[in-house]
Amino acid sequence: MHTISWHSVELTLDECIKCNICTSYCPVAEVTDLFAGPKYSGPQAQRFRENGQPHSPDHSVDYCSGCRVCNDVCPTGVRIAEINAKARAQMVAEHGIPLRNRLLGRNELLGKAGSFAPHLANLALHNPVSRVLAEKVVGIAREAPLPRWSTEGTFSAWMKRTRHRRLRSDKKVVYFHGCATQYYEPFIGQAAVMVLEQNGYEVLVPPQNCCGLPMLSNGEFDAAERYHRGNVARLAGFGLAGYPIVGTSTSCTLTLKEEAPELLDKEDPGSQALKQATWDIFEWLRELHAEGQLSTDFRPLSPDEERLVLPYHAPCQYRAHRIGKPALEILSLIPGLDLRESHARCCGIAGTYGYKAEKYPVAMDVGRELFDFVAAQSGAEITACDSETCRWQLEHGTHLPSRHPIEFLAAAYGRYDLERRRAVE
Amino acid sequence: MPTLETEILVIGGGATGAGVAWDAALRGFQVILVEKRDLTHGTTGRYHGLVHSGGRYVVKDPKSAAECIHENRILRRTHAHCIEDTGGFFVVTPEEAESDYPDRFQAACDEIGIPCTEIPVAEALRREPLLNPRISRVFEVPDASADSFLATHATVQAARMAGARILIYHQVEALLVDESNGQRRVQGAQVRDMVSGELVTIRADMTINAAGAWAGQIAALAGAEVRIIPGKGTMVAMNHRLVNTVINRCKMPSDGDIIVPIHTIVAIGTTDEKVADPENLRIEPWEVQLMLEEGEKLVPGISRARVLRAWAGVRPLYQENFTGQDSRDVTRSLALLDHPSRDGIQGFLTITGGKWTTFRMMAEKAVDRACQHLGVERPCRTADTPVPGAEQGHYWLGHRLHEIEEARLQGELVCECELVTRAMLEDAARNNPTVTLDDLRRDVRLGMGPCQGGFCTYRAVGILHELAAENRTAPVTPESPQEEIANSPWEVAYLQSPGRHVRTGSPQEVLESKVLGPASPVTDPRTPVSNPNLLLRDFLQERWKGVVPVLWGRQLKQERLDELIYLGVMNADHLPDEELASPLTDFYLFDTTPGETSPGTTPSGQEKEASA
Repeated sequence: MHTISWHSVELTLDECIKCNICTSYCPVAEVTDLFAGPKYSGPQAQRFRENGQPHSPDHSVDYCSGCRVCNDVCPTGVRIAEINAKARAQMVAEHGIPLRNRLLGRNELLGKAGSFAPHLANLALHNPVSRVLAEKVVGIAREAPLPRWSTEGTFSAWMKRTRHRRLRSDKKVVYFHGCATQYYEPFIGQAAVMVLEQNGYEVLVPPQNCCGLPMLSNGEFDAAERYHRGNVARLAGFGLAGYPIVGTSTSCTLTLKEEAPELLDKEDPGSQALKQATWDIFEWLRELHAEGQLSTDFRPLSPDEERLVLPYHAPCQYRAHRIGKPALEILSLIPGLDLRESHARCCGIAGTYGYKAEKYPVAMDVGRELFDFVAAQSGAEITACDSETCRWQLEHGTHLPSRHPIEFLAAAYGRYDLERRRAVE
Repeated sequence: MPTLETEILVIGGGATGAGVAWDAALRGFQVILVEKRDLTHGTTGRYHGLVHSGGRYVVKDPKSAAECIHENRILRRTHAHCIEDTGGFFVVTPEEAESDYPDRFQAACDEIGIPCTEIPVAEALRREPLLNPRISRVFEVPDASADSFLATHATVQAARMAGARILIYHQVEALLVDESNGQRRVQGAQVRDMVSGELVTIRADMTINAAGAWAGQIAALAGAEVRIIPGKGTMVAMNHRLVNTVINRCKMPSDGDIIVPIHTIVAIGTTDEKVADPENLRIEPWEVQLMLEEGEKLVPGISRARVLRAWAGVRPLYQENFTGQDSRDVTRSLALLDHPSRDGIQGFLTITGGKWTTFRMMAEKAVDRACQHLGVERPCRTADTPVPGAEQGHYWLGHRLHEIEEARLQGELVCECELVTRAMLEDAARNNPTVTLDDLRRDVRLGMGPCQGGFCTYRAVGILHELAAENRTAPVTPESPQEEIANSPWEVAYLQSPGRHVRTGSPQEVLESKVLGPASPVTDPRTPVSNPNLLLRDFLQERWKGVVPVLWGRQLKQERLDELIYLGVMNADHLPDEELASPLTDFYLFDTTPGETSPGTTPSGQEKEASA
């Protein structure tokens, strides 16, 4: 399925000095005994796995949420989360994949299917009976925060609808919307377009598909590889032509940048070109700002003179980009914003992890650190977070609305309605 | 002075001695085996772990090759659970592309009957992706790798089940040589119990010298000259399994031309240097460097991977009238020295030479000859008698992880690197005589992983201390230490299986259900060697020995962390009880780094090293 080369993440196990820092930071190991920690399942267990082994020796690595906090804190550079992901892929290759994980991995397909009749789809999914059934039959936790399909059409439909209003410019940027923006939250894409156009860029949205991450985290490497190849075919050309490819979904961009090439051992020029061209949108905006090119024509976000208290949580997968917290830096340019930076390790959801019935309680326990942080910020009535599933989990855990930082930025430009979540044109 | 009587006395607790004891006991002889340290402390526990198909010697030493393939087939049945069926490749690297050796190799394999199949290079690279892609031919042979610690323990368990008595930490001080009737006859030996210091006399009709590299010293006690040619082999262990098949270079055996996957590591082997002393071995920088350079030819990049440790063992090579200079040229075939006919010394045999792979055959030949001298005819039964545990079949790399995962024993780990649980450690300490932590390392692989005892040493010492505390309340048995050891439980068939050693119930229930049998010295509060400070110091020193020769890069980082733990936090170089010593303290203190011998290097030697 995959080969070992000297560049493989597996071989970073040699860097491990057993210090246990990863284990002491792991948010999952802290709340459950079902996961023995990153050191155990990563570099340690890896010495007992072999390429083409007759059977996978693993079970508990399935409880790794893939949040990558371990990679973040490892002082010697072991790619622990990726070692775990590969071990899970071996388990899946051997034992097969449960229907539930297959469903959760098929984000794009589900998005597409529901979008044909979003009202009906929402009604069918978001009612107590369906949720109980979904838990009993498929194992999707009934309380877990599933998204709603957009009832105003997909993001690409909006782009098409508003094409006459879209900015034409010599300066062009490619936008990677990801499945959540496309099918559930097209307004995130609208906010991104508003921000990019405000800065004089024409936004290109070429055909694209799921980045493959949901499948990578559920161990379906073959399917993920097909999606990744699709994206390379459709997008690598833009990268080679010098266009930046920016995304608002931190996990999608991380996948294009790093996860897919690393986990799937992709060293082909196309994957590398896509990897090189991909940016998190705030990472790219920060670059723009450093060159003095970012429009700072901001207006305060709260109508009265009061400062808006805004707890901000950088998702684990954002931290995995190893780019600091550019969203925080850019948001801090907005006048009247009282940003409160969360240092919680993880919200718990970790992509599709917290949706799984047996893992939902673990995810909620992991998220407690973040929920408590938000609760401690008096006056906070809204939160900010870059990743979609994390926002949904935050809303679920805090009962406060959560928005993408790009929505705040677009609103500060006066081109987005934060309340109604739509572009103002 | 206690006196024991037996028919056959075996000297040496390596693979050969254990095999002789097993073979003789199965034939119905009364047997006592004495070993001056722990089982496999000598060469058996210091070899690379290769179960030879015979391919390595097929051109140069066909007699040894034939012995190897014959025994390879038998051991796969009798010692199945001690073997991982890795298979082996003989690969033709660019250096040998023009040589006619590969064709000679293939013809010789056919001649001797070693199954040898040439496979496409592409298939070999698919199975071993890190293998040098520039190899031109690949032959597949039934090489395998063996856990020589477990195999010897299992052999000894089989011998005990057939009635043999095994006395470890009993060193031969003198042979009982009778010169009456104008005939010289060995009638047993006087041995010292290295733990209690007591002398024991063992009277035997036949004494079989299976002391390996030390066989010359034993024979000298009987007045016989046996010139063992001690060939030191240095091996380098890499941190993890870079290959999962034994990789041999298809050429005349030389230095650094094999890579053996054994448990969680691969070993690159080996050198062959004639040395004077089989005991205190230095590891020279050129040897480590040569292993890595030669390893590069098989697995390009290997020299940049993490090196775990280096170690050396001494082959007990023997060739009557050998006059060459290079011990590489000495036969690997077994040598049975019949002292009655050779030297006119009755009641005494020496069995040496050979390979680990041929230990059973060596034992068979030795006991066959003993039968002749004793005037009895009893057929050998070892080839058809599996040792306890063999029914488990071959082990596989993932078995420990798999068992830990199945039984959810993650919280029980003492040695995290090698996945040793607390129950494995306790059962090993209780169920076979144990004097040092290093004995437990050989039993369960304690401290053999990347951190080299960094995190498990203090844990293991604490656990043994607790066992000793429990034994303080145990009834003191009236037996002599020898009887106590001989009668103590011995169950090693599942020594290495975490899933077979599960503690159930609450800690209190576990405590109450414990059978307080005869204690092994390490858990016996009456013996000085159970002192925790001594255990800790000895084991740290023992691990340190093997790390010193490879102290760079990632292993240096590791040692720095270990140093902070033991010297910085625990002040391990200033512990009380400094005067205490185990039978092995001096051995551990021998400095393996090149230069003047400096016994007395303590853990603070790390500081000396750093400042030197």
